Amino acid sequence: MNAILKDRNSQITRAGADTKTIVCNKPSLAGAVSQRACVFCGSRVVLYPIADALHLIHGPIGCAAYTWDIRGAMSSGPEIHRMSFSTDLHEKDVVFGGEKKLEAALLELIDAYNPKAAFVYSTCIVGVIGDDIESICRKVQALKQIPVIPVHAPGFQGTKKDGYRAACEALEVLVGTGNRPAQEFSINILGDFNLAGELWILIDYYKRMGIHINATITGDGRVEDIANAHKAQLNVVQCSGSMMYLAKQMKEKYGIPFMKVSYFGIEDMSDALYEVATFFKNNDMLAKAKEIVRLEFARLMPELAVYKQALQGKKAAIYVGGSFKAISLIKALRLIGVQTVVVGSQTGTADEYEIIKQLCDEGTIIVDDSNPAELSAFVKETKADIFIGGVKERPIAYKIGLGFCDHNHERKEALAGYEGMLNFAKEIYATAMSPVWKFTK
Amino acid sequence: MELAINKSNTFTSTRNACKLCSPLGASLVFKGIEGCIPMIHGSQGCATYIRRYMISHYKEPVDIASSNFSEETTIYGGNKNFCTSIDNVRKMYNPAVIGIASTCLSETIGEDIPRLIKEYAQLHEGEQIPVFIHASTPSYQGSHMDGFHETVLSTVANLATEGATSKQINIFSGFISPADIRYIKEICDDFGVEYMVFPDYSDTLDNPHWKDYQLIPEGGTPVAQLKNAANAIASIEFGTIMNKVVSTSKSSAAHTAGEWLEKHHSVPNTRMPLPIGIEASDLFFKTLETISGIATPRHHARERGRLIDAYVDGHKYVFGKRAVVFGEEDMVLSMVAFLHEIGIETVLAGSGGESNSLKKEIDARTSGVYPNMIVMNNLDFETINEMVDELKPDIFIGNSKGYYIARRLKKPIVRIGFPIHDRFGAQRLHHIGYRGTQELFDRIVNALIEYKQEHSPVGYKYI
Repeated sequence: MNAILKDRNSQITRAGADTKTIVCNKPSLAGAVSQRACVFCGSRVVLYPIADALHLIHGPIGCAAYTWDIRGAMSSGPEIHRMSFSTDLHEKDVVFGGEKKLEAALLELIDAYNPKAAFVYSTCIVGVIGDDIESICRKVQALKQIPVIPVHAPGFQGTKKDGYRAACEALEVLVGTGNRPAQEFSINILGDFNLAGELWILIDYYKRMGIHINATITGDGRVEDIANAHKAQLNVVQCSGSMMYLAKQMKEKYGIPFMKVSYFGIEDMSDALYEVATFFKNNDMLAKAKEIVRLEFARLMPELAVYKQALQGKKAAIYVGGSFKAISLIKALRLIGVQTVVVGSQTGTADEYEIIKQLCDEGTIIVDDSNPAELSAFVKETKADIFIGGVKERPIAYKIGLGFCDHNHERKEALAGYEGMLNFAKEIYATAMSPVWKFTK
Repeated sequence: MELAINKSNTFTSTRNACKLCSPLGASLVFKGIEGCIPMIHGSQGCATYIRRYMISHYKEPVDIASSNFSEETTIYGGNKNFCTSIDNVRKMYNPAVIGIASTCLSETIGEDIPRLIKEYAQLHEGEQIPVFIHASTPSYQGSHMDGFHETVLSTVANLATEGATSKQINIFSGFISPADIRYIKEICDDFGVEYMVFPDYSDTLDNPHWKDYQLIPEGGTPVAQLKNAANAIASIEFGTIMNKVVSTSKSSAAHTAGEWLEKHHSVPNTRMPLPIGIEASDLFFKTLETISGIATPRHHARERGRLIDAYVDGHKYVFGKRAVVFGEEDMVLSMVAFLHEIGIETVLAGSGGESNSLKKEIDARTSGVYPNMIVMNNLDFETINEMVDELKPDIFIGNSKGYYIARRLKKPIVRIGFPIHDRFGAQRLHHIGYRGTQELFDRIVNALIEYKQEHSPVGYKYI
């Protein structure tokens, strides 16, 4: 048995001077048991947090059932997004077409739930059976006077990343349709999904700096805010893998500049605040940002020092959705004394993998679109103590006696911002220091 | 009042489904075969979503391969991806068996998986290749339970081979927990009979801790036993509804593995409800006694006795209480019958399954004494949510997805079956036999006591 298939070699490298450049952005290898999902998944996770929209999944039941209430994306108001709506296509619909069912479903659901917009996701077989989703959406939009937006997401038409793009294209339809007056110092927050209320932590920092939050896309998202997203002066983009496309399109269409930030770890969090203040060329704002950072550092550093002392010398493996987040995690772990020995992502980019190569200690394994066989072999080889990943990685870690921290979209602990850094450190500490490991050695 | 309400009378769409798709059921069954890797012929997402869903319940690694359809595959056919996938799975896992489930996509474009398997085998003639099992599980047909039973049937029909007579008893135990499966094996061991439990995911989805990562976890029904199923002395099948929806739409004469073995290999089949409650469990033990000629071992007879003792001790806590029960059809049916046995009235019994025979079956099991019970096939959670206020239930019994309704009504929920995504230890819950019934009874009584205690202004320490 080979842990690493020959056809996967190009997607694995190591940190160090003379190592090869990683290949990424490829479809998953058939039979390789990729940890990725599909195009539909990519679009669904991005649009999911828009809380006052109807999300209707056009297809057989599976796609809707597996994504019911799937993310810990919180809403401060309506919660239509936490419902799972499906046209639940049956055999006769596959034979005779699902258009009538889709139209009836849209009309009844809009009447029953009064959403501000509807997203209609097309799944694998919809394209194959030839349903004209566009025309149904247009028809219902005219009837109900709300935006009804098709999301082209058949699972086989690319990778999860193509699903991100499909989501951005759906958002683009909304952006620019509102005409709220513009406000001074206003930003859009792109790519935070308000998992465990993280967005609210960030908004608090920005507000303390005197910044106006114009729209949050898509965490705690609202249709009207997104429709008015073009009124902001700046797009601040996290989770760049999913939202960069929208930011670029908005720059082109509306001339709104964007910057990439990360809110994980205190370095990146502080940089985000400084960079936004710098963008507005406002000294008062910069002074406030410095004050926030000073206060938070004073609060955090003594506590983190305790964790660092305990965790010094531990080794971590990271496998997350995007490589941008992985970069922040490497830095955040370093801050608490933990060395990263394996780092990978489902949908990373070449640039970011290059940064990771520079950032990590020599020999660190870097991997794109990995699978259980590889990940279990890598953590064994590198003698990692802790794994940071999502639900599908958790049993790989636990089964062979590694600690684990859930940094995926199902997490229920806020890990962003200063507060999040503290939670992260606490969680790593808890999983590394538990007395149960003595039984697994 | 119209008793058998169909969801389609109100909403066209499904809102918060009370079912999953067919390939999930197939994957579960494949996980119950020794040395088997499940492979889903379709998009990457199908395998990954099903993995995630099962991992969250079983807290175990669940590796499922995908042939990962692309645009090109969808237009020109899946032959290339199929072969690549099999090659890669063989290289990485070296499995004894590959269980292949189709999807809505591969079925819609007309993939002929038996032909693909044949061609692969021809191409690799002379090599030691895995055993291939194929189940047709398009998600537009029925629910995960149809996929489950279809896969049990096709596995047996694929493998069972006539040979020397054997004393094996085939037990097709349906969709129960790993702990339930271990308990059946313990019962059979105590009877001292030769047996096969299929599917047996009691280890593969609930393994002990490992030192080294096992790509294919230990456990599962051995292929040798599946082959031998044709020579068994008897089959026992749990479930009376099973995969009625899909099987009746197909031409094959046998709908279940037990039926198939009876028809093709003259293995007598006894079909019985999932044994929940004393009466249903008695039927299981009596059947084992009849087949084996051995009396129920004392150990189990005493478990039965303790269960009756518990029924007596707890009867007043439960009598006259009103329950809402939801989940898979056979599970719901047996739960309702068990609740009837202890004096709890089910006011609403529902399932996303589409057999349309749930009402008839429940009436038969409860002697039709609940004329007002609402029984729904083809149901979703939002329909329950909208009906439930006026039914004034005291308790909810079903999988964890109904939690939000119980929470809204501020009523207790006892989590059973699959999925249980918000509690710990789902794989270790018992549901069947005297032991499982005892555990369920204790949990139901305690849920009602806890509710009473927490809502009492006095805060009794004795209840």
